[in-house]
Amino acid sequence: MFELIAQYPLLAALFALVGLGLVFGAVLGFAAVRFKTEGDPIADQINAILPQTQCGQCGHPGCRPYAEAIAEGEAINKCPPGGEATIQALADLLDVEAIPLDEEHGEEKVKAVAFIREDECIGCTKCIQACPVDAILGAAKQMHTVIASECTGCDLCVEPCPVDCIDMIPQQESLQTWHWKLPELGRANVDIIATDATADRAA
Amino acid sequence: MRKIFDFHGGIHPPENKHQSLGEPIRDAGIPAQLVVPLSQHIGAPSSPIVAIGERVLKGQVIAEAAGFVSVPQHAPTSGTVVAIEARAIPHPSGFHAPCIVIDCDGLDEWLPHRGLENYEGESPSDLLEHIREAGIAGMGGAGFPSAVKLKEKPGASIDTLIINGTECEPYITADDALMREHAADIVAGAEILRHIVGPKDTLIGVEDNKPEGIRALKAAAEGTGIEVVVFPTKYPSGGEKQLIEILTGRQVPSGGLPADVGVVCQNVGTAVAVVDAIIHGRPLLSRITTVTGEAVARPGNFRVLLGTPMQHLLDLAGFAPQRNQRLVMGGPMMGFTLTDTAVPVVKTTNCLLAPSASELPAPPPAQACIRCGLCAEACPASLLPQQLFWFARGKEYDKLEEHNLFDCIECGACSWACPSNIPLVQYYRASKADILQQRRDHEKSEQSRIRFEARQERLAREEAEKEAKRVARKKAAEARSQQAASDSAGDGGAAADADPIQAAIERAKAKKAAQQQAAGSESELDTLEKAVATTRKRLATASAKLEQARAEGSDLVGALQAGVDKTRSKLEAAEKALADYLASQAGAAPAVEPADKPKSAAEAAIEKARAARAAEADMSPEEKARKQLESLRQRLAKSEQRLAQSREAGEEEKIVEALAATVERLQEKISALESDLAAAEHS
Repeated sequence: MFELIAQYPLLAALFALVGLGLVFGAVLGFAAVRFKTEGDPIADQINAILPQTQCGQCGHPGCRPYAEAIAEGEAINKCPPGGEATIQALADLLDVEAIPLDEEHGEEKVKAVAFIREDECIGCTKCIQACPVDAILGAAKQMHTVIASECTGCDLCVEPCPVDCIDMIPQQESLQTWHWKLPELGRANVDIIATDATADRAA
Repeated sequence: MRKIFDFHGGIHPPENKHQSLGEPIRDAGIPAQLVVPLSQHIGAPSSPIVAIGERVLKGQVIAEAAGFVSVPQHAPTSGTVVAIEARAIPHPSGFHAPCIVIDCDGLDEWLPHRGLENYEGESPSDLLEHIREAGIAGMGGAGFPSAVKLKEKPGASIDTLIINGTECEPYITADDALMREHAADIVAGAEILRHIVGPKDTLIGVEDNKPEGIRALKAAAEGTGIEVVVFPTKYPSGGEKQLIEILTGRQVPSGGLPADVGVVCQNVGTAVAVVDAIIHGRPLLSRITTVTGEAVARPGNFRVLLGTPMQHLLDLAGFAPQRNQRLVMGGPMMGFTLTDTAVPVVKTTNCLLAPSASELPAPPPAQACIRCGLCAEACPASLLPQQLFWFARGKEYDKLEEHNLFDCIECGACSWACPSNIPLVQYYRASKADILQQRRDHEKSEQSRIRFEARQERLAREEAEKEAKRVARKKAAEARSQQAASDSAGDGGAAADADPIQAAIERAKAKKAAQQQAAGSESELDTLEKAVATTRKRLATASAKLEQARAEGSDLVGALQAGVDKTRSKLEAAEKALADYLASQAGAAPAVEPADKPKSAAEAAIEKARAARAAEADMSPEEKARKQLESLRQRLAKSEQRLAQSREAGEEEKIVEALAATVERLQEKISALESDLAAAEHS
């Protein structure tokens, strides 16, 4: 055996490498079949990042289809409701360069909530059919109203309304949503004290 | 003597407490107008239950608790509700929020009220309900509804009740003043809370910088089993988690509550409010607030009605606006700047600080972090403030959470310690808020996703149901038509079982179809042929009867003979009709019948006759007559031949006679025709 190897070192190496290749190939092939992942985990992760407004501004019928399209290589900058934050998160997830929002699909706007001017509503149910998250209540020839807490601000109900009685009202910062802002570097901050001791320490 | 523990970090800022302790608590009196915000506590804002213009009495509920984590609001004095509207409230945002505005009448007329005579006979849950109805929310500064905090948590056994009299933040002396003047009430409140919670130990924790308060408390607590524990002054020992560690040596786990380590904490001010509510039946209407700072001439503590505008308090304290740089609610470490002196005093207003510019200068601009680590040494929560600062600047929220940002109590010790004057706490507050906002957004998007998917599912289901219905209808129709087919095929039993109406319809249809067939040009031929066949058959039977009658010598022979003749003429008519019809058909649709079609004998005969007729139609009358003559001669020859054969074969006499008659008839016809033809030729 050793003599044979010593005699034909080239052939021996060749056989050894080919043999290893076959063995590992078989192991990998088996693993690929045995541990096959169901569904598309990347699309799921992308879908979790998308804002789920289901607005269709990206050109897909909902967030899930866009997530699947991104998983298959579509650009990540087609989601205006998500804005830069979503693009950044997608870029981090997919390990690609963050690119500015594609303005063709709209621009990042302040979050809004649909509001139906109820005295003008004729009860046609068109907006109810358009709402992707069933956030509009009403029945034929009955006044409709938006469940504000469920509205994603997708705009899809505005177009079908025959009497144009739906307004998109930008969400104002309220006492409940207000929060401290990150201080700007180099600017004297007057909102918080917490440094009152400086003078005393100096003294 | 109880063992005192220490907590990590902490700072020793100048206390500045003596300024406001020169005088006893003063009563701020009744201002002209009170503004009672609906949200003075953590949790859902209360919902108003009074109308504008309504007169309210002191202690009357003017807004109900909305939800579990909420408290009601009461009228702090008697007067008239003049407005329920958004007013400026003490909040770092400077926003306006709904408030009930009461014009005070100065009478301070109480709603009839009565305390519990024997609270020890009441169950803890009843007492908690009283506390809740009295609108008590944590008086230390956070304003968490006390009844919720005191409520027994499932699975947590409380062994220590701590009454927090630490008041560690500089300048503030409201609790100190309370301890000096109302020590007995604090101890009574502690006893009630002890009755509700049922702990082994009840402790009142006080920093050692309040000797008068400690003396008063110790005297009041004599013989009650309540221990007044004194420990060294250090900021922020008044923080709930820090105080628990000082007094018990236990650390509240990250993200946990004091109840997780068997402790409940309440402020001394809350204890007094509980005494008022349980013993005297008075809801929370006023509080002690410190007004201090170099910009006020007579700093001190005030008993002030909730809703009193800050301006009223400042006036009482001799506020000099020209000396003041900014107005702060709370202490210098954790307070916030007020934008408006009209904002009211609320349940959590423990201090109103009006410092002069030199006393509390605006912080100098922040410098770069030099990684000195002083902040980490100062942090009472053992966090790494400089790391958190980097992550906050980079908005690395995951890392912030990994570094336990949410354990930060926002005490400001790190900012105070920072030699670069970086407003560290500001970064943490902003980052916390951003993370919470992100969580809320994510929850909302999750909710939207679920709703969207549910809707998609519903639409798909509806579509599938419609499709299923359509298929079912189609199947039913097919089954019916099959049934009908088997019925008409003569399945009597099935027909009997089937719907009688359906059967009737089917019968009618079949009939109609038959009629249509009869009416059809194709079937006309059939009828004619049938008529010929039936007539021929009738003729055959009639001739058979006639022969029988003749053979028997019956006298009916004559009548029968007439019938036979009649039938024969009918047959001839039928045959003629058939032939006519065929001729017309041949002219109308000669292409209908394919030439190569194998024909039956009858069809061949019909064809021949038709051809003959067509040929005849083309002939002149003379030729026609000649042709007729020709055919007659042929028939005569055939008949004569037949007659000869019959004679030779010795057939029956009748047949021979009939044949002979035929021959004679033919001969007569021929001669008649010949003569006609001759006449025609002559003419």
